Amino acid sequence: MEDIISTAELLTTDGIPLKRSLKKAERRNKIRAFFLVFPLLLFIVVTFVIPIGDMLMRSVDDSQINTVFPNTFEEYKKWKKGEDDLPPEEVYKNLFLELANGDKRQIGKALTRMNYAKSGWKSLIKKTSREIKKIVKKGEEPVSYKDTMIEINKLWADPTYWYSFNQMVNERSSIYYWNALDRTYNEEGDVILQDEKRRMYIKTWIRTLKVSVYVTFFCLILGFPVAHLLANLPLRYSNLLMIFVLLPFWTSLLVRTTAWIVMLQQNGVINGVLVWLGILSDDGRIQMVYNETGTLIAMTQILLPFMILPLYSVMRVIPKSHMRAAQNLGAKPATAFWRVYLPQTIPGMSAGGLLVFVLAIGYFITPELVGGKDGQLIGHWIAYHLKTTLNWGLCAALGSILLFVMLIFYWLYNKIVGIDNIKLG
Amino acid sequence: MSNSTPSFVKFEKIDKSYDGEVLVVKNLNLDIAKGEFVTMLGPSGSGKTTTLMMLAGFETPTNGEIYLDTNPISKIPPYEREIGMVFQNYALFPHMTVQENLAFPLEVRKISKSETQKKVQKALDMVELGNFGTRFPAQLSGGQQQRVALARALVFEPRLVLMDEPLGALDKNLREQMQYEIKHIHDRIGITVVYVTHDQSEALTMSNRIAVFNDGIVQQLSTPDILYEKPENSFVAKFIGENNTLNGVVKEINGSTCEVDLDNNYGVVKALKVNVSEVGEKTQLSIRPERVSIDSNNNGPNTFTGKIEELIYLGDHIRARLDVCGNNEFIVKVPNEGSFSHKEGDTLNLSWNSNDVRALDI
Repeated sequence: MEDIISTAELLTTDGIPLKRSLKKAERRNKIRAFFLVFPLLLFIVVTFVIPIGDMLMRSVDDSQINTVFPNTFEEYKKWKKGEDDLPPEEVYKNLFLELANGDKRQIGKALTRMNYAKSGWKSLIKKTSREIKKIVKKGEEPVSYKDTMIEINKLWADPTYWYSFNQMVNERSSIYYWNALDRTYNEEGDVILQDEKRRMYIKTWIRTLKVSVYVTFFCLILGFPVAHLLANLPLRYSNLLMIFVLLPFWTSLLVRTTAWIVMLQQNGVINGVLVWLGILSDDGRIQMVYNETGTLIAMTQILLPFMILPLYSVMRVIPKSHMRAAQNLGAKPATAFWRVYLPQTIPGMSAGGLLVFVLAIGYFITPELVGGKDGQLIGHWIAYHLKTTLNWGLCAALGSILLFVMLIFYWLYNKIVGIDNIKLG
Repeated sequence: MSNSTPSFVKFEKIDKSYDGEVLVVKNLNLDIAKGEFVTMLGPSGSGKTTTLMMLAGFETPTNGEIYLDTNPISKIPPYEREIGMVFQNYALFPHMTVQENLAFPLEVRKISKSETQKKVQKALDMVELGNFGTRFPAQLSGGQQQRVALARALVFEPRLVLMDEPLGALDKNLREQMQYEIKHIHDRIGITVVYVTHDQSEALTMSNRIAVFNDGIVQQLSTPDILYEKPENSFVAKFIGENNTLNGVVKEINGSTCEVDLDNNYGVVKALKVNVSEVGEKTQLSIRPERVSIDSNNNGPNTFTGKIEELIYLGDHIRARLDVCGNNEFIVKVPNEGSFSHKEGDTLNLSWNSNDVRALDI
């Protein structure tokens, strides 16, 4: 019986194969659906897929400098660092020629790149170029390019400058990622820790994660009772409470952040009240802003609605009869809460938690304003390299790591809670 | 129930108010014997669910005391009352399997694992869901969820089971089937049940006794047959079963019967004196549709005529809506014996026995 059904092709009343007929009937709908989503699709591709792809590319891209000094790098790779203190003559010669004949603008770009690897490159090459131009103008050909260059500037005899070439000689390199983790290459091209005074990213990464975890935790602790009240109060009161929750949401982020500065600073409202009450002495005012504490307090307040709203939407649909049923079955109120109510709020807790954590880990304006020196998160360094040093490769690497960390947390979350359990409303 | 049986549940002078202005339960006195199936029946807002919640411990009586097994229980929290309850929407815990739901009351009582397992299986077998233990409530049909809720309310062997409109969410066929199942389980294990519903046929099917609630007051507490046949006031007469009413004034009282002058001079009806006390009082007469006979040549008292307004064919009987003495909602059930040939607009001769007419309050 089954065989007959599976082998015989189903036909419509008119004798056309059913599948073909169905496809034809559905085609119009499919085309229409595609055109309806097309603007959004285009928007996502242009504003999301392409920029992120570009960022990922930039984080490993070192091709520009390789087009400026192709021959130099070629010869540089042949240098046996164990045997000779300085690179062979050929390296000096190619660098000399490429500086003499290269496009000025391209060399300028490459110099900026070289300065990321070792500061001092820019001025060294600029000075050297000037001298090289003079030599070329005279039509002389140096006997030894090596000696000539060392004569121009004795820094050319300093091998540490040459060692920094290691970071640039490949078109695709992971040096930006290593930099973003406080690491660099040594003269052998092995990964080592940066100098102590140049290590700042690991510290900031750890602080970013720590602050994000704390903010998520505090939002949960503070938001849970509020969401519970919202879900269980009579409509009249819950509407009022909801306005209190949403009001800060509608206020400008900048206003809220600066309001926290007013509240928390040493001559601010909170310290003032504490001194007035005699709890603090006038000299004992607490530093609550321009440090990690300030970042924590302000970010918790600002991100709180993102925790409360998903929690509320989940709690609202938990029937009140469940707590009653649990008590009726013999569970004390605490047990009933722990075993019956709390497990049902997990979708809300995890949705809120993921939302707050992801927002916190990439937060910029608030820590920038209230964080001071010790309260900066990783967003600060991304903005710094984007605007000040123009080291976009490092920027992209920091951003990619941030993206990667988020994906890890998303994966963990999916493993532990299950992404289907997420509930935003 | 005979008076010699000590009451198992006793409501004594219970008043309940939520806002201090309106009493939702007024002076409730109710005795329930052990093993009895008592239903609280009434329209919504009549105070029946409030009464049940007071018994379960989720509401506190404003006045009076509830006794369970002669002990006052007002001060005992719900989780120590040992009362099982089936909630309106079952209140099964969605994050637990059926087994875990049933094991919950046993676990919080710290009963051993093996014992728990045994009891859970027994309870599941009782409601014929032995193989459904590992499913989640959402994977069950409404009727199955209902049975799980019932099993959960019984699994910890409570002293008393409360049911708050447990069948309200089921469709008609399933509801009827579940009514019998609940009744059979009650018969088998002999537990005391207090059941709340607004569905009178449900109450009549299942209960030993029914308390009819209206406006926070028990209107009548009696067995189903007495409630139907001998309602004590017009609310009960109207609420239970179908009922024809005629309004009038008491003309004469002779012992247990009386004569009533119908309004607008439609004639005099001889009726049982139930809820009237003196001549000149206004009264409402109540007659069950099936107690009215048609085409009788009887010339005695209580013969009237009625014009057929509407005929509805229902197979086993024909339902006729008549205009009798100014009441055009007068229903008569004509058994379908094949001889009924009247059309709408015809006039019928009606008569009824004076013992079937009850003079009630208005």
